[in-house]
Amino acid sequence: MTDNELIWRISGGSGDGIASTSQNFAKALMRSGLHVFTHRHYPSRIRGGHTYTEIRAAADPVTSRGDGYNFLLALGDSFARNPQEEAVYGNEEIKPLSENLDELREGGVIVYDEGLLDPSDIPDFDERVEANDWHVYPLDLRGLAREQGREVMRNTAGVGATCALIGMDLGHVEDLMSDAMPEKILEPNLEILETAYESVLEEYDADAHDVTVPTGEHEEQQVLLSGSDAISYGAIDEGCRFIAGYPMTPWTEVFTIMTNNLPELGGISEQVEDEIAAAAMAVGASHAGVKAMSGSSGGGFALMSEPLGLAEMTETPVVLVEAMRAGPSTGMPTKPEQSDLEHVLYTSQGDSQRVVLAPGTIEEAYEQSRLAFEIAYEYQIPAILLYDQKLGGEMLNVPKSHFDREPNADLGKTLSEAQLAEQPHTPDGKFHRFQHEADDGVSPRSVPGQKGGRYLATGNEHGPSGHINEDPDNRTAQIDRRLEKLAAIRERLDGAGTQTYMGPEEAEYGILTFGSQQGTVREAVEVLNADGHSVKALGVSDMLPFPNAEVEAFIESVDAVLVVEMTASGQFRGLVQKNLGRYGEKLSSLLKYNGNPFEPAEIVDGFESIVVEGSGLDSSTTTFVPAAGD
Amino acid sequence: MSAFSAIGEEREIDRDEYTPGVEPQPTWCPGCGDFGVLKALKQALPEVGRTPEETLLCTGIGCSGKLNSYLDSYGFHTIHGRSLPVARAAKLANPGLEVIAAGGDGDGYGIGGNHFTHTARENHDMTYIVFNNEIFGLTKGQTSPTSPKGHKSKTQPHGSAKEPVKPLSLSLNAGASYVARTAAVNPNQAKDILVEAMEHDGFAHVDFLTQCPTWNKDARQYVPYIDVNGSDDYEFDVTDRVEAAEMMRTTEQALYDGEVLTGRFYVDEERPSYQQEKQAIGEMPEEPLAERYWDDDYEWERSYDRFLDKHA
Ligand SMILES: Cc1ncc(C[n+]2csc(CCOP(=O)(O)OP(=O)(O)O)c2C)c(N)n1
Ligand code: SF4
Ligand SMILES: [Mg+2]
Repeated sequence: MTDNELIWRISGGSGDGIASTSQNFAKALMRSGLHVFTHRHYPSRIRGGHTYTEIRAAADPVTSRGDGYNFLLALGDSFARNPQEEAVYGNEEIKPLSENLDELREGGVIVYDEGLLDPSDIPDFDERVEANDWHVYPLDLRGLAREQGREVMRNTAGVGATCALIGMDLGHVEDLMSDAMPEKILEPNLEILETAYESVLEEYDADAHDVTVPTGEHEEQQVLLSGSDAISYGAIDEGCRFIAGYPMTPWTEVFTIMTNNLPELGGISEQVEDEIAAAAMAVGASHAGVKAMSGSSGGGFALMSEPLGLAEMTETPVVLVEAMRAGPSTGMPTKPEQSDLEHVLYTSQGDSQRVVLAPGTIEEAYEQSRLAFEIAYEYQIPAILLYDQKLGGEMLNVPKSHFDREPNADLGKTLSEAQLAEQPHTPDGKFHRFQHEADDGVSPRSVPGQKGGRYLATGNEHGPSGHINEDPDNRTAQIDRRLEKLAAIRERLDGAGTQTYMGPEEAEYGILTFGSQQGTVREAVEVLNADGHSVKALGVSDMLPFPNAEVEAFIESVDAVLVVEMTASGQFRGLVQKNLGRYGEKLSSLLKYNGNPFEPAEIVDGFESIVVEGSGLDSSTTTFVPAAGD
Repeated sequence: MSAFSAIGEEREIDRDEYTPGVEPQPTWCPGCGDFGVLKALKQALPEVGRTPEETLLCTGIGCSGKLNSYLDSYGFHTIHGRSLPVARAAKLANPGLEVIAAGGDGDGYGIGGNHFTHTARENHDMTYIVFNNEIFGLTKGQTSPTSPKGHKSKTQPHGSAKEPVKPLSLSLNAGASYVARTAAVNPNQAKDILVEAMEHDGFAHVDFLTQCPTWNKDARQYVPYIDVNGSDDYEFDVTDRVEAAEMMRTTEQALYDGEVLTGRFYVDEERPSYQQEKQAIGEMPEEPLAERYWDDDYEWERSYDRFLDKHA
């Protein structure tokens, strides 16, 4: 939380290069010594449609999108459909400007491309500008770009204008452009950048508004990464060299990053016919002794249900990632939600014998991606990394040193041929791969091609050498052993400290959340305590096995708890109650499922009216579900 | 030194090595054609010189899926229809393994049909045996994708209105580089075809006619059979796609007219396997990936050194 912050929003149409322009600008801000956090909003459409990216930059760490924003760069939407009165989409051409006004803070700055946008299309525009004390700078960005190069370079003109208006020099932006662009387009882009910068300074008085770039300094080198980058790098650092997948938003990001990087690391990536094949291939590769992963989003993950169960039953280590988006069915493909929680916990027949981790931040995404592999291979169990469109796509600066860790390609309890010779076998030489008694329930495994290791892996219940066996005593021994692994994993996770505590240790009230809402909750907790409330929060990552003791202690330590999650039915609250067997009267819910992630203020407001005042909630974007007994 | 010393080992192999002590006798019904596959495979494996511990036999679910319960090797009894993706991934992970996938007609041509067409298209270097009994055996006699039109069963009481799948034609068009049909009643040909299939560098598909006397009582026992490669009545070139396609259509129709034609229908020794294609574009290492995890000298690369600078 800082006083001076820049929240810069660049808006336009899909396909207009908003993503790459904003990424470079975020990096420039980071290089200038600031902490940055990005939030993107885009439609499920390739060309056109209202899209924006927001960059929040401040001298102190930022963990969330802000409440509203203070600088709008509205570019045109090159692919907007023709305005038609009756059409559901209305006038798309003006949306980069009109759709973004509601959240612009008082005193905010608007730069718009007057070559493409005409505010007279927006009802009451001038009145709103006046009422909100907005400072409006119309610029012919398109014309400027056309003069020096090509029309598509108007993004660059917009960045130049931005820098002039917030008092930022062009050095870092120019460096980044030089790194990223080939000579031929670099020249005109630099021209455009500087021309826009200078003409704004000539034409306008930038001191007329209060929005300026903050100044800051980093103590050590920073890198700007997305959650998808972090998950991929975690996998690579654990020696994962095999991935199979089928494209689906937003999981495609991890799949793409892995696919681009694996060949140069001597790994294998396979784009296959469907997600059943993808998960089955990860299982097959792992069975043959390679660290392997697959993943998808809701619908594709549903297809992985049976291979997931096969991995559970055959005790094949594998990591699956599930990038949630708003459901059910095709839902809203590019919008975040956390409502696949129960799907991932319980899909596939039989009692779940899997691990589910839901990292809360980009740092945790890296750490827990690694942890998922470690646990999968140490305990021969499928581990699922559950995240969402928000965490996957947002970018944050992280100290580079966070990633300076040893690689780990260990396969866990996998025996060498020499070790296999010492192990129990059937009289005819079949290896007892699934022994009834094993430390932590983990019976060591062999890999096809090894001498002395042959066994049968099967999805049927089986005896020690893998042969199908329905004897009741064997059945009980095998399932008990497999479940014993979860108890051991619980202990292992307790040592890893995967839950995140926020706010003061002693507090009157608590907020519970899971996964990607952590950063927003963190900011809300800071605001609430600064406002005189006494609140702490717990961000839970371990969904299965659940950290019962920790969550129970947290709930016990406060008078009332607000559970914050992006689901419509309170799935996470249900999970807490299922695991702890009580607290129905102590937990109330703040839910959001309209396709946009929480803003800190929504949590602050929700907390104040629900927990403190004990009243309901008057909000159009979030929903309140009272505690039982209310 | 390889961590997998069973791979490539040269030694005499005894047929009995493939008979598991745990379950030496299959539970298939008396007279079941599945016995014929087991027997042919037990003969073929020593002939190609593959020992139980360098062989990975992946099966689906069905009576046929029990094959690896009765054949001793590394085995993976997967789920219904999914033996192929499990098998081909294992092959990519460790190309030194002899990888065989097997399952029923329902398993391979029905629920797993998507994997069948794509594995054939990609030409993975493996053998795929489909136990074609024209019926769902394990679930007690329902109509299967290869049951003839008009086939009556408890789930098709008025006789199936569907044309059967044409497995050989499907395989050819999908891209398999070795396509054959044999029958359980023809053990010598079956063994020879399995040997060829395993030795073939690419996707070898064997449609194996296996009578199911329990549920398919009316069906032929697949006798008498004719070997199209040895018969003067059929002249075609197995390396010619067009002639092969023609012969396949004839064969598929003949089966429903009561004539059992078997043999090799298409053989393409020129086409590179998927592994070779992938290596040629730098997407697959030359050394088996599975070996790397056992190499103490291997320097595992990390993202910190390789990728982080571009994020700075
Ligand atoms: C997903 C799924 N659906 C259905 C089944 C039930 N099932 C088991 S085997 C089988 C069909 C067996 O027929 P086929 O594949 O031809 O094998 P056969 O028994 O004839 O050898 C079915 C439907 C299953 N195990 N899994
Ligand atoms: S039901 Fe048919 S296929 Fe199954 S074992 Fe018996 S005879 Fe063989
Ligand atoms: Mg069948």
